[in-house]
Amino acid sequence: MSGKIERPLREITAARLSLGAGSGAVSTQEQLRFQMDHALARDAVHAAMDAALLVRGVREREVESVVLRSAVTGGRTEYLRRPDLGRRLAVESREMLCEIASLPAAEVVFVVADGLSALAVDRHALGLMDAVRERLDGWTVGPVCVVTQGRVAVGDEIGELLGAKVVVMLIGERPGLSAADSLGVYVTWEPRVGRMDAERNCVSNVRDGGLGYVEAAERVVGLMRGAKALGASGVRLKDAADSKLL
Amino acid sequence: MGYSLTIRGVTHRFEDLKRLLAWATPARSGDELAGVAAPSAEMRVVAQMTLAEVPLRRFAEELVVPYEADAVSRLIVDGWASEAGQAAFAVVSGLTVGEFRDWLLSDAATGERLAALAPGLMPEMVAAVSKLMRVQDLIAVARKIEVVTRFRTTVGLRGRLATRLQPNHPTDDPLGIAASMLDGLLLGSGDAVVGVNPVSDSVERVTGLLRMIDAVRVRYAIPTQSCVLAHVTTQMEAMRATSGRTAAPVDLVFQSIAGSEKANASFGVTLELLAEADAMARELKRGGIGAEVGGENVFYFETGQGSALSAGAAFGVDQQTMEARAYAVARRYKPMLVNTVVGFIGPEYLYDGKQILRAGLEDHFCGKMLGLPMGCDVCYTNHAEADGDDMDALLTMLGAAGVNYIMGVPGADDVMLNYQSTSFQDALYLRKVMGLKVAPEFETWLAGDGFGRLKAVAEPRMLLGGAE
Repeated sequence: MSGKIERPLREITAARLSLGAGSGAVSTQEQLRFQMDHALARDAVHAAMDAALLVRGVREREVESVVLRSAVTGGRTEYLRRPDLGRRLAVESREMLCEIASLPAAEVVFVVADGLSALAVDRHALGLMDAVRERLDGWTVGPVCVVTQGRVAVGDEIGELLGAKVVVMLIGERPGLSAADSLGVYVTWEPRVGRMDAERNCVSNVRDGGLGYVEAAERVVGLMRGAKALGASGVRLKDAADSKLL
Repeated sequence: MGYSLTIRGVTHRFEDLKRLLAWATPARSGDELAGVAAPSAEMRVVAQMTLAEVPLRRFAEELVVPYEADAVSRLIVDGWASEAGQAAFAVVSGLTVGEFRDWLLSDAATGERLAALAPGLMPEMVAAVSKLMRVQDLIAVARKIEVVTRFRTTVGLRGRLATRLQPNHPTDDPLGIAASMLDGLLLGSGDAVVGVNPVSDSVERVTGLLRMIDAVRVRYAIPTQSCVLAHVTTQMEAMRATSGRTAAPVDLVFQSIAGSEKANASFGVTLELLAEADAMARELKRGGIGAEVGGENVFYFETGQGSALSAGAAFGVDQQTMEARAYAVARRYKPMLVNTVVGFIGPEYLYDGKQILRAGLEDHFCGKMLGLPMGCDVCYTNHAEADGDDMDALLTMLGAAGVNYIMGVPGADDVMLNYQSTSFQDALYLRKVMGLKVAPEFETWLAGDGFGRLKAVAEPRMLLGGAE
């Protein structure tokens, strides 16, 4: 068929348009581009988070940190198959937090977890956390908790143990073909084990070419303030924010 | 009552049908996650052997989800027990699950007979027999069944393969969507539906997209139907004319559905709500081929193994049986299209290419057996152990099985939902190697003036010219 669409369409959409020659087959060049993007995504899913590097970065900012791990013991394969284990802390991590918890509780606890892209955490966690912290006024902040093989809900257990009012979870999002290093941020008010996903708010797609640190941080802090005012996060907070916009 | 089998001197007992079905299911991560999978390969086959001896009738006596507790169970059993259900079931009423498989593979089970049988089958019977079938069995039997639906195109005819053109965009940008639509249409995609997954579920946004797609359809005289895959209540709201707004041009109504009342509740729907939406869409009488007005089929349903478990509403039933139960929901409304979005759910339910492949073929088989116009979103996510080669295998097998339609996504890369599906070129490939054609109305259009004018469109902006 004729009618090959002219570029530059990249400004309109990232969709892979007009990939073919007239024969209807995908060109070698486009096929290899697809393979490369998938390979990057696969590598990101299976990469290990550099927790030591993260801890060093946190220490440079003169902030306490603690390294924890989820109940996943069987590596990445088990992590992918058993989301339930990724949502809970390992026993020794739990005990470690119980010791810290004897200190006065902070209002905010930042949790950083590898999720489905360690790459996203390595690249964006510290930068985004800096941007959020700069905008926090009058909140007491607890130690940064770094969790390996973690899912979003593991922040609930951490926040509950530390007596936090709000948990801000920074986690690697599932890599897509267009980006393998996208970070997600989840805000959960009064975290405790058993919170539903509908009780959190998410700021997604933090990466180069996606949402920048400044805009993302402003949204996160806005959600934190909104949650404090409302005494809840999640759907109710989203609805309140939406109706304010209208 | 339990079920037992003695093999090599050892007697194995299964406490109930639910356990037997779950253990007999070919391995998949979702059943392992739920803790219902067979504990060993041997026990899986023991369960399959035991299941083969169970009479089909038994499924109406022992429900996997209780009748009192679940509207989907009531829908299933009441349909089976009805006069029409019993008349259809009579043909196989004396068979066990194992004998049913043998009969399905025999020449006695013609496409016409299988189509007539559909109203007499409970989804659990179909799920059960599929667990005893190899991939080639699933293909060979499904291929015999022709399920044809009509709105502005006729989909499901033997020798035809349609596509849903899926021009998603991460911000619902009309120009971005138009670019993908144009690319797809020029490559012959979109005869099943032009269906957009919107980012926003607002009535205004959904109505705007519907008007945009409809304007393109009218301008280029494209025989197809449109759909914006928002929540059903949003589409119902869009269909209502209010003082400030005329009714949106809703062709097909979309909704995700699952195999239990509780799972459907987690999607925010009930059977009554779906019936209401069905009636509203039919009232619009937007479809029709040739001189007829109305269109016989107005729903577009999506399903997928694992969704009930994901919603905490699987009742300890294996995910493939729950998926088949979702088809009982679908068939009540005589939908235009049913789509099993097989690999979207992720590796905790379907771990790798092998599991996705079998699940896709099971779903297609079960849906066709229950009389549904099955399509399949041949797809995977980046955290599953799967790649394009696995999709090619499933795509080709579905072509052999006679799938009604597949997805058409630019370069197989959905930039909004962030997963990989099938491309416009994948459909061209399948049509070429299988000798398949597009829907007849679309075929005529591709050879005519409307398509000729579309080919002259040099950029997406032109496609929107005149669209308000």
